[in-house]
Amino acid sequence: MSIRTYREALNQAMREEMRRDETIVLMGEEVGFYQGAYKVSKGMLEEFGPMRVLDTPITELGFTGLGVGAAMVGLRPIVEMMTFNFSMLALDQIVDSAAKMLYMSGGQFPVPLVIRGPGGAGHQLAAQHSQALEAWFCHVPGLKVVMPSTAADAKGLLKTSIRDNNPVIFIESEVLYGTRGEVPEGEYLIPLGIADIKRRGKDVTLIAHSRMISVALDAAADLEREGIEVEVIDPRTLRPLDSETLVQSVKKTNRAVIVEEGWPFCGVGAQIVDILQSRAFDYLDAPILRVTGADVPTPYAKNLEHLAFPDKQHVMDAVNKVLYRQPASADAP
Amino acid sequence: MAVKILMPKGSDTMTEGKVLKWLKKEGDQISTGEAVVEIETDKVNMEVEAMGSGMLRKILVQAGKVVPVGELLALIAKPDEDISSLVKSEGSAGAQPPAGSTVPAPAPAAAAPLRPPTNASPVGTDVAPVPHAGPAHAALKGGATPSAQEPANGGRILASPLARRMAQEMGLDLNRIAGSGPAGRIVRQDVERAALLAVGGRAARVPEAGSAGAHPPAPPPALPRRPALVPTGPEFYDEPLSSMRKVIATRLVQSKAPVPHFYLTIEVDMGRAKELRESAKALNPDLGLSYNDIILKACAAALELHPQVNASFQGEAIRYYRRIHLGVAVAVEDGGLITPVIRNCEGKSLQDISREAKDLIARARSRKLNPDEYTGATFSISNLGMMGIEEFSAVINPPEGAILAVGAVAEKPVVVKGQVEVGLRCRMTLSCDHRVVDGATGAKFLQTLKQILENPVYLAF
Amino acid sequence: MQPTDVGSNTANLTELFCGPDHPPAQTLEERARREEPALLKTLLEQMLLIRRFEEKAAELYTLGKIGGFCHLYIGQEAVAVGAISTLGPEDYILASYRDHGHALARGMDPGEVMAELCGKQSGVSKGKGGSMHLFDKRRSFLGGHAIVGGQIPLAVGAAFASKYLKQPRVTLCFFGEAAVNIGSFHESLNLAALWKLPVVFICENNRFGMGTPIERASSLYELSQKACAYNMARTWVDGMDVLAVREVLKEAVERARKENAPTLIEARTYRFMGHSMSDPAHGHYRTKSEVEEQRRHDPIKNMTVALETTGVIDSEFLDELDQKIRDIVEEAVAFAERSPEPEPQELYTDIYAG
Repeated sequence: MSIRTYREALNQAMREEMRRDETIVLMGEEVGFYQGAYKVSKGMLEEFGPMRVLDTPITELGFTGLGVGAAMVGLRPIVEMMTFNFSMLALDQIVDSAAKMLYMSGGQFPVPLVIRGPGGAGHQLAAQHSQALEAWFCHVPGLKVVMPSTAADAKGLLKTSIRDNNPVIFIESEVLYGTRGEVPEGEYLIPLGIADIKRRGKDVTLIAHSRMISVALDAAADLEREGIEVEVIDPRTLRPLDSETLVQSVKKTNRAVIVEEGWPFCGVGAQIVDILQSRAFDYLDAPILRVTGADVPTPYAKNLEHLAFPDKQHVMDAVNKVLYRQPASADAP
Repeated sequence: MAVKILMPKGSDTMTEGKVLKWLKKEGDQISTGEAVVEIETDKVNMEVEAMGSGMLRKILVQAGKVVPVGELLALIAKPDEDISSLVKSEGSAGAQPPAGSTVPAPAPAAAAPLRPPTNASPVGTDVAPVPHAGPAHAALKGGATPSAQEPANGGRILASPLARRMAQEMGLDLNRIAGSGPAGRIVRQDVERAALLAVGGRAARVPEAGSAGAHPPAPPPALPRRPALVPTGPEFYDEPLSSMRKVIATRLVQSKAPVPHFYLTIEVDMGRAKELRESAKALNPDLGLSYNDIILKACAAALELHPQVNASFQGEAIRYYRRIHLGVAVAVEDGGLITPVIRNCEGKSLQDISREAKDLIARARSRKLNPDEYTGATFSISNLGMMGIEEFSAVINPPEGAILAVGAVAEKPVVVKGQVEVGLRCRMTLSCDHRVVDGATGAKFLQTLKQILENPVYLAF
Repeated sequence: MQPTDVGSNTANLTELFCGPDHPPAQTLEERARREEPALLKTLLEQMLLIRRFEEKAAELYTLGKIGGFCHLYIGQEAVAVGAISTLGPEDYILASYRDHGHALARGMDPGEVMAELCGKQSGVSKGKGGSMHLFDKRRSFLGGHAIVGGQIPLAVGAAFASKYLKQPRVTLCFFGEAAVNIGSFHESLNLAALWKLPVVFICENNRFGMGTPIERASSLYELSQKACAYNMARTWVDGMDVLAVREVLKEAVERARKENAPTLIEARTYRFMGHSMSDPAHGHYRTKSEVEEQRRHDPIKNMTVALETTGVIDSEFLDELDQKIRDIVEEAVAFAERSPEPEPQELYTDIYAG
C-alpha cells in the first residue's frame, strides 16, 4: 500500500498491464512525446516505445475506429480521449462499431477496447469542455461504463477494464487527478459491476459518482453533526449497474438522494430512480430526489459555473427534504 | 349550465347522508361558495356550498330524508334555463340505498367542499382524520408544514408507500392518521406516532357509535420530531437476579406452569364506595381510607360468603381455609414484588384493615417485614390502578386458589336508564385455579364482591 | 512511427502512379491470354455466382422473405472477384453494406449467406446482422458495415494490428465513391499513410451515391487524386474488367505487404440495379437508355466473350456452368428456407463477451 495520486494510480495500472500483456497499446493525442495532456501517461513512451505508445493526429473518429478494428483482430488498445467532450466526434465508431460488433457478427468479433479520459467539468473551461456525458454511453447496450472516484478505485478498475473483453468507457475526472489516496501495490483488481459503500449510515441513501463523491461525503459529514447518518454509495461501474446494493440500502434507509454532475433530463440519476422506485417501492417514505447539474450549457463566469453544479448545500437540502426535517439553522442554540 | 348540489362523501366510510335543513329556498339567488343545505354524515354535521351561482331552481330532497352519497339534492341554474332533463334523470329524491350495498358511492368530482357548521361544538380542528379535505389540514395541530392550501384531491389518501405498508402491517387505519408530509402526506413518523397512541390506551379511540354529538378525537399532540435514534453499544446487559426475584421467578413458574389459570372480569360501580370514602374523610381526615382498603374489606366479606374461593389445591385434597388472610401485592423499591399479609380479616373492621395495610405496605416497600408477615395468605389482591392500568390478570401466588387484580378507578360514560351519564368504574379480574375454583364459583364470588362494593352498607355487618 | 519517420520518399511513390490517367494497357482479351485457364474459369464462375445469387435475392426480397435493406452488387462483380482473388486466406477484408458480392467472392457459403439475408439462425451472423452485416471470422471477413465510411477506420485498425503483431497480412477495404467525402475517409487515409499501414483502399466508383451522381457530390471527381492529399500511392482502373482489377490489386497488395504502404484504388464500375431494392434501376436519376448503354459493359458478358474468343471455354462449358450455378443458388435458397429462426433468447446473447 502506498499513497498515490489518482493520475499516478492510472499510470501504474496501464504500465502494469502493458508489461503483462504485449497486445496492449495506448494511443491518443499527446500521450507519448508530450507525456500526456494531463500527465497520466507520463514516462510511458520511454518505457514502451513508439510502437506501443502512439501519438495520434487530431482524429478522434479515425483513431477510435482504428482502435476498434485492431481490437477485432487481436490487440487490446487503450484509446485516450484528451477529454470526453471530444468523444462526440468518435460516437459513430463507439456506438455503431465498438458496442455492436459482437452482436451484429453473431458473437464472432468481441472488441476488447478501453476508451479512457477525463470527463465532466473542470474550472471555468466553458461550455464545450465541461460536459458530463456518461448518460449517453450508459444508454447503449454493449458498452460498459466505469467512473472511479478515488485513486485506489482508479487503479483497480482500470486494470480490470483493460482485461475485460468488451468496450469499456472509462471516464476519469480532471479535478480528481491530483487527489491522493492509499493505493494497493501490485495486482489490485476491482471487479466491474460492484458498487462501493463509501460511508455507512441508516437514515438516508446518498448515491453519487466520480467528482460528486467528495461533495456527497462533505455533506454527509456536516449532516452527521446534526445527527443524520448518511449512507454514501459509489456505484463505480454505471453500466452494468450494481442495482442490488442500491436497493438493499434504500430498503434499510427508506429514502434516497442521487447526486450527479450531468444534466437532469434523462440523466444517469433518472435511471437509478426508476430502478429504486420499482424495486423498493414499499420501502420508500419519500420521493427520491436528484441533485444534478443545471440544465444549461456550462457558463464561463466563476460564480455562474459554481451555480451550475451541485454543491454540499444542495445535497444537504435534498437530504433534509426526504427526511421531512427543517434543517438546523445557523443561529440555533 | 346548471350547478348541481349533490350529497357529498363526507368520509371514506360514508355511504349515505341525511338532509338536515335547507338554508335556502327555491327561488333564492345563490352565489358561488354560499352554504345551501346542512347535512349529516356518519360522523359530523356539515354545510354544503354551491360551486357556482344562479337561482335555486329546485329542491329534490326534503329535510329529514336519507339519501345515498352522490344523490342530487338540488339544482341551481339560470331562471329561464330548462332543467327538466336533469331533474328527471336524477330525481330519486329520498331513495334509500339498495339493501346490502356495501360499496360506498365514489365521491363525485363536483361535490361541494365540506365545511363544518359554524354553530356546532368545537369541530374545527377535529375534522383532521379526513385527510383529503384540504382546508382542514391548515388547522392540524402539530402538523409541521403540510401545504394547507392544496385542493381536495378527489378522496385519495396521500401516504408514502412505506407508510401504507406499515399501517397495513400494524392494522392501523390510514383515515385516522394525520399526515405531516407535503399536501398532508402520511409518512413513516406519522404512522409510528399513531401506533404509539393506539397502544397507549382507549383514550385515543373514537367514542361508540350512536352517541349523539360525538366528534372524532382531537389529533394527537405533536411529538418532537427528531431523527430515529440508533442505540450504540451491546444489544443487552445481564443483571443477576436478586434473591427476591429468584424467589418470585421460581414460585410463579411453579404457579403458572402447573396451575390451570382462568380469568373472570367484572366491572364495578364505585360510586358508592367513593361516597363512603368521602364520608369517612369528613368524619376523620386522618384515616386516609383508600379504595384498596375498601376492596380488601369487601374481599374479606365476599370470601366469608364464598369459602370455596378461599382454598388451595393440595394434590390429594382441596384445602379450605377457615381464616381469611389477605395478601396485598406491593411493588418494592429496587424492583420486585412482595405480598404482606393482613391476617384474620374476617374479624377486622374496615378501619383495622386500612391501618394494617398502610403499615405493612410501608414496611414492605422498605424491606422491613418479618417472614411471618409475608407468608400464609389464603387469597391475594394486586392493585395496579394507581399506575393507570385499566385491567389486568395476575398470576396466582401458590398455594392459593385465586388472586384478584384490580384496575384503575376511572370516570367513564355509562348508560343508565337509556341515558348516558358519567360513572365511576373499576374493572377487576379474578384469576382462578381451575382445580379448586370453577367458573360458576368464581363468577358468584365476583358478583357478591360487586354487590358489596356497590352497596357498602354490607360492610357495616 | 517516430516523428522522424515522416515520408522522405514522397516523390517516389507519387511518381509511380500519380498522373491524371492510368488507362488500361491492354484489353481484357489480351490479359486473359496470359493467365492460367483454371484461374480464368474460377473468376468467371465467381462472378456468375454473385450475379445469380443477387438476382435470387431480389426475387426473395419482393416475396418478403428478405426484409429491411437489400443492396445488390449486380454489375460490380468484377471488382470484388478481381480484388479478392489476389489475397491469401489470412488477409482481412472489410466492405460496406453492399457486401454480398464480397462475401461470396471470399468463399463464404452461399447457403449461409442467404440464410443470413433471410434472418435465420444458420446465417453467417446467426441471423442477427442481416444483409448489411455479414461476418466470417474464419475467412477473415470483418463485415459488412452500414454507416457510410464506418468500415474505413476499422480497416486501418486491422492493418495496424497486423503490422504491430508482425504478421504478413494485408487489409482490403471496399467502399463506394460517395464515402470519399465523409470525415472518416480522410481521417483514416491520413493515419494509414502517416503510420505506414498495410491497407489497400478500393473505392468502387459506380458514379452514384444513391441518387446523387459524383459530379454533384464531390468537388474533385477524379477520385484517386484524393490520395495526393495524404501522400499516398494511387491509381484508377476499369472496374468492369476483372483482370485489370486483378492486375492493379496485385501491385497494391504487394506494396502493402512488403513496404507497409497503403494505396487508394478507384475502380470505375456501374451498378445495373438501383441503390437498393427500394430504388428503381432507372427512371429516377438515371435514364433507361443510360443503364442499357452501361449494360453493354457487363463484366460477366465481357469475360465470357473474352474467354470464348481465347478458347478457354465453350458453350457447353457455359451451359454446365450456368446449371451448376443455378443449382448452387437453388440449394442456398432451400437451405435458408428450411433453417429455423433464431431462438428468442438469442435476443440477449452476444451483448457482452465473457
